Amino acid sequence: MTFKKTLLAGMIGAVMTGTALLPAVANAENTLRMAYDADPVSLDIHEQLSGGILQLSHMTFDPLVRWTHDLDFEPRLATEWEQVDDTTMRMTLREGVKFHSGNDFTAEDVVWTVERLKRSPDFKAIFEPVASVTALDDYTVEFKTEKPYPLLLNLATYVFPMDSQYYSGTADDGDPKDEIVKNGNSFASSNLSGTGPFTVVEHQKGNRMEFQRFADYWDEESPGNVDNIVLTPISENATRVAALLSGDVDFIAPVPPNDLERVRESDDAELVTMSGTRIILLHMNQERVEAFQDERVRQAFAYAINQDAIAERLMKGFATPAAQFSPEGYAGHIESLERRHDLERAQELMEEAGYADGFQITMMAPNNRYVNDARIAQAVATMLARINVEVDLKTLPKAQYWGEYDDRAADVMMIGWHADTEDSANFHEYLTACPDPDTGAGQYNAGNYCNPELDRLVAEANLEVDLEKRAEMLQQVEQTLYDEAAFVPLHWQDLAWAAAPSVNIEPILNVMNFPYLGDLVIESE
Amino acid sequence: MIAFLVKRLFHALLVMFVISVIAFAIQESLGDPIQQMVGQSVPESEREELRERLGLNDPFLVQYLRFAVNAAQLDFGYSYIFNQPTTEVILRHLPATLELVAASTFLIIVLSVPIGVYSAIKPRAWLSRFFMGVSIVGISIPVFLTAIVLIQLFAIGMTWAPFPADTAWGNWLNDLITTEGGMPAYGRGNPVHVFGTWYTNFASLKGLTYLVLPAISLASIMLPLFIRLIRAEMLEVLQSEYVKFARAKGIRLRRIYFLHALKNTMLPVITVGGVQIGTLVAYTILTETVFQWPGMGLMFLNAINRSDIPLIITYLMIVGLIFVITNTLVDLIYGLVNPTVKLTGKPA
Repeated sequence: MTFKKTLLAGMIGAVMTGTALLPAVANAENTLRMAYDADPVSLDIHEQLSGGILQLSHMTFDPLVRWTHDLDFEPRLATEWEQVDDTTMRMTLREGVKFHSGNDFTAEDVVWTVERLKRSPDFKAIFEPVASVTALDDYTVEFKTEKPYPLLLNLATYVFPMDSQYYSGTADDGDPKDEIVKNGNSFASSNLSGTGPFTVVEHQKGNRMEFQRFADYWDEESPGNVDNIVLTPISENATRVAALLSGDVDFIAPVPPNDLERVRESDDAELVTMSGTRIILLHMNQERVEAFQDERVRQAFAYAINQDAIAERLMKGFATPAAQFSPEGYAGHIESLERRHDLERAQELMEEAGYADGFQITMMAPNNRYVNDARIAQAVATMLARINVEVDLKTLPKAQYWGEYDDRAADVMMIGWHADTEDSANFHEYLTACPDPDTGAGQYNAGNYCNPELDRLVAEANLEVDLEKRAEMLQQVEQTLYDEAAFVPLHWQDLAWAAAPSVNIEPILNVMNFPYLGDLVIESE
Repeated sequence: MIAFLVKRLFHALLVMFVISVIAFAIQESLGDPIQQMVGQSVPESEREELRERLGLNDPFLVQYLRFAVNAAQLDFGYSYIFNQPTTEVILRHLPATLELVAASTFLIIVLSVPIGVYSAIKPRAWLSRFFMGVSIVGISIPVFLTAIVLIQLFAIGMTWAPFPADTAWGNWLNDLITTEGGMPAYGRGNPVHVFGTWYTNFASLKGLTYLVLPAISLASIMLPLFIRLIRAEMLEVLQSEYVKFARAKGIRLRRIYFLHALKNTMLPVITVGGVQIGTLVAYTILTETVFQWPGMGLMFLNAINRSDIPLIITYLMIVGLIFVITNTLVDLIYGLVNPTVKLTGKPA
């Protein structure tokens, strides 16, 4: 009897302590439920160069260096770097860093990773300037470039060392573990071992991704206190906002412009916006339309289009009106360049060029790629009507738009561009350089604008290690493009995130839009 | 019966063949899948290599024949997004959609039959007029809007205070029109595993709460239609000679309504219903997108956005198959309800 009683009491006690302990454990664990508009296409961070992959890279890997808020470099896995001579940079690596697999991180992993990057279809163009990487000892690597190359640190932000031991050998299906396969299964596309703050626990593509804080994460100074992350892709804008406002998720990105006010006014959410670095612009095709070969006509277009009206009214202030490629903080940015909206001047220029009665053009824009893209195109068409230019506008879903874009299928086409290197020269190389199918220069130059002098200047700038001198050269390029109205810049698309009030997202966000979630702090209630 | 089924099997094959040809023919205009697979700065030469590897450069006939030969062996190709066989991808998304359709169908049946019958028996009652009025409105509201309104009211919650809050009655009225929110706004939560790729929301109360709003939205498309259909059919049946005769004979009204009349009312309703279930599957695209319900509809929309041609084609073929199957089932049930109906192939 007594025995039975004790047993019973013991059991009750066990159950009670069990239940009493549970909430305490639950409190100690911080789970961040977040919703992005898409999930990363693969776990292989070299498979595709896209925002989603870079976001994943920053969660599960660590770069050698990373960008700070004001576009400076911050040491991560590289603690120090030194320019030995014009073509050599030596980097000291952090000691005592572990991969998720338990392997130690050494210089060999950096060498291995850069070599793999040079094999990746998406990344190899960026890493072309790097001639070789060698490990001098366990914690020193040396980068060599063919020619002097000023952007090596920019490149280092793309080097997320992978666990070379883990990714070597052959997988169960007999294929090498380090192969890079687009559209297909590879070991790296479904297995991951990095040095980053989070490990991947579960990956249901298109549906749900779960991360757990890596117990052996090297950065113990990071204030980050998130233990688990559940990422759900919610592509529908209204649903993503609703999920935040109803408390189903704690963090969403992006916040659609139409819902900015709603989120800002809500007590259940904090909104953070930032001027972005993606420029939206229009190309005027000189090969298709003779009039566009006349500088005055191109200038007239620039004068006729009111960037401020688009940014304020159409984008509801969710865009920074632009007069050039480079956003603030970029080397080529010229503070003094102003938007030139002046309808009278535009009409004058058209008259001078002999097109007072205007002409007809075709125009194409995507309708689901950039924020409000189709509506911006419509507004531009209306503005051009005032200088007697009749626009036949066609908007297409992005899946179809890019084919048309490659074919240069309309006289005026819209494109948005973000410089992968966070550098002004990149804009020129892809968007306004004389098109050359062999080198890939001007690959997206749908205006067929060509000024060999500028190409030369940019090439020189890319060999200039003196960054001040280099900035001057790039500014000269920017100024010429402006004067000749090589394209019509519209605005830099702003960025917006929102989170529950207890989730302190502001310090971890940046203009590149890869939140440093490892440093995220959730305040306990 | 067997002959009937065999005939239907040929039907299915024909439907799937036609769909595959059409889908294949329009794939050009679905956009370039390569564009979705590579970053913006990838040079043309790399793209060309990938295009070659995926066989996108081959002439139409070669591509189609390769597809058809593989399809005959039940290999429908690899999805570009998921890097898995398309059939596997679809099978994984199928349960979510079927559960959603089942829940809506359940709602439609449970609500439309009593409401339809009631408003036929008592056409002049204010409640009948109310139902008819609401159903007119219901038919004309797009499912997208219904879904967003439901999310705002029951997931986020809505505070209204048009009445003076300092009085007791005002407070009471305000509370009456204010909604709490708290229902899940998206997704399936953590469904319970049944077997294979099947996870279910029906196994737990929590799981059911995830189903409520999407199921109501999806049902809202068909519900008004069915109420009006049942009411119209029932009204007609009630006017018929045999009902009048039954009444004259003094059979109890309840028996006349629910046994004699309802049975004959249901015949056309089942026919329409069968076709509409197929349509319901199609409508899941909208509902699943709004609620981010991880089923075939959402998957299909993503596939279109990213030009995942193999997945698009397989989806269309499977939906075609679902149509054929539901129609076959409807014909079989029709035969059960009304044995005088002869299925084709059955000897007279």
